[in-house]
Amino acid sequence: MYSASDLRKGLKVQIDGEPYIITEFEFSKPGKGQALYRTKMRNMITGNQFTQTYRSNDKFEKPDLEERTMQFLYSQDNEYHFMDTTSYEQIFLTREQLGDNVNFLVDNMEVQVLFFDNRPIDISLPIFVNLEVTRADPWVKGDTSGTDTKPVTVETGYQLQVPPFINKGEKIQIDTRTGEYITRVKE
Amino acid sequence: MALSHRLQQRSCLLQAVRSFFLAREYLEVDTPVLLPELIPESQIVPFCCEERFLQTSPELCMKLLLAGGYARLFQICHCFRKEELGRYHRPEFTMLEWYHVGWGYLELMEEVEELFLFLAREPDRFPALDRNMRLSRGGHSIDLTPPWERMTVEAAFRRFAGTSARAAIADNRFDEILVNRVEPRLGRHRPVFLYDYPVELGSLARRKEHDAACAERFELYIGGIELANGFSELVDPGEQRIRFAAELEVMEAAGRPAAMPERFLRALAAMPDTAGIALGFDRLLMLLAGADRIVDVLPVVFEELFVGQQGQEIR
Repeated sequence: MYSASDLRKGLKVQIDGEPYIITEFEFSKPGKGQALYRTKMRNMITGNQFTQTYRSNDKFEKPDLEERTMQFLYSQDNEYHFMDTTSYEQIFLTREQLGDNVNFLVDNMEVQVLFFDNRPIDISLPIFVNLEVTRADPWVKGDTSGTDTKPVTVETGYQLQVPPFINKGEKIQIDTRTGEYITRVKE
Repeated sequence: MALSHRLQQRSCLLQAVRSFFLAREYLEVDTPVLLPELIPESQIVPFCCEERFLQTSPELCMKLLLAGGYARLFQICHCFRKEELGRYHRPEFTMLEWYHVGWGYLELMEEVEELFLFLAREPDRFPALDRNMRLSRGGHSIDLTPPWERMTVEAAFRRFAGTSARAAIADNRFDEILVNRVEPRLGRHRPVFLYDYPVELGSLARRKEHDAACAERFELYIGGIELANGFSELVDPGEQRIRFAAELEVMEAAGRPAAMPERFLRALAAMPDTAGIALGFDRLLMLLAGADRIVDVLPVVFEELFVGQQGQEIR
């Protein structure tokens, strides 16, 4: 169990049977008054956020969370399948559960899968991934449109803005936190 | 902020505060911090060591001295309160506390204004102060020119929370409403004295003469930050005993039984009418230095002393 005085940004707690992560936290205590713990939390399954003020005697269960390294195998329909590389156990998450992460998943990529009560609920990607450009308009020298980037599509179908010199078939590095182009990768 | 500036500003403020009080014929005292008994305060958890306590404030010792005949006392000292850790809280912090025999809380409010006038005479020492008595804070400018705003607790609750303070207490939501709805609105453009607290929230303060439901207690807010807490002191040992009994009951129920401070009550019988105030020295320095957090104005910080029970990193 956690008590209110353990609360802080980044701590994960269980409320009404669901895991929450504290995204904002402020301790306050009016003069001669009681200690108050003001928090903003995000439900780690639904993504819903809420704010709540807790008091010293409030208690919280620790959520049963576990992270395992798994390999992305394939996607079929709405299901994204992963395999534990030591136990060979396979699980899947839905497209809704993965959200924007699907933009950066390629076969055989290793990711961290987060389990709550032994159910997979989320994944965390490597910060940087290298993806192949599958569609890029050639850059016309002397283009006067004034832009210094152009749109390309990568192998996952994700579109982003890159410098004009990037060509189809090249690999680029992308920051999965922002979805932005970092650099061209030479292999 | 560079450490050298931080130390310099702290030193300047210590000296300026001393000059202010010495010029007004206050006597500086440094009373013990290790105590055999504490004033019972249900919302403050002391550090205990070897069946003694680290002081949570210097109030007990200073009142013993006032009962012994001293008329004006001030002290700058370290106080210790368990489990208070946040942007504006540290379990060990520095308090400026002073008492003036013969005064009530209204005179004390004026003296707080004068202290700021005095500090603002040398704005070059503190980055957040300018030459026109203005304090910059989070992109705003707060005008320190006295007289400051005075607002009763009842008026503040009605204005900012649309409820009465009395009703909030009945619902056990007073602190929550104060922190979430009232405090953030206090002192944005000028400092504010919030005053006349419901009597159950001022266990060491005298009842108001014409309104027995209120205590003569005030708090100073600047830029939403609570900076000081003052009273017309309760000097009737009989009534003080009844108020303490209520505090002790709450502490007992919370599993923190404590003893009636008999030594303190005996002394109180000899204490004349007095007004007293405690001001958070670190918070004052924070405001003057333009810092965002208390840790930014401390000379040395040992984070590992104050990690949570589960051992997580603190913010």
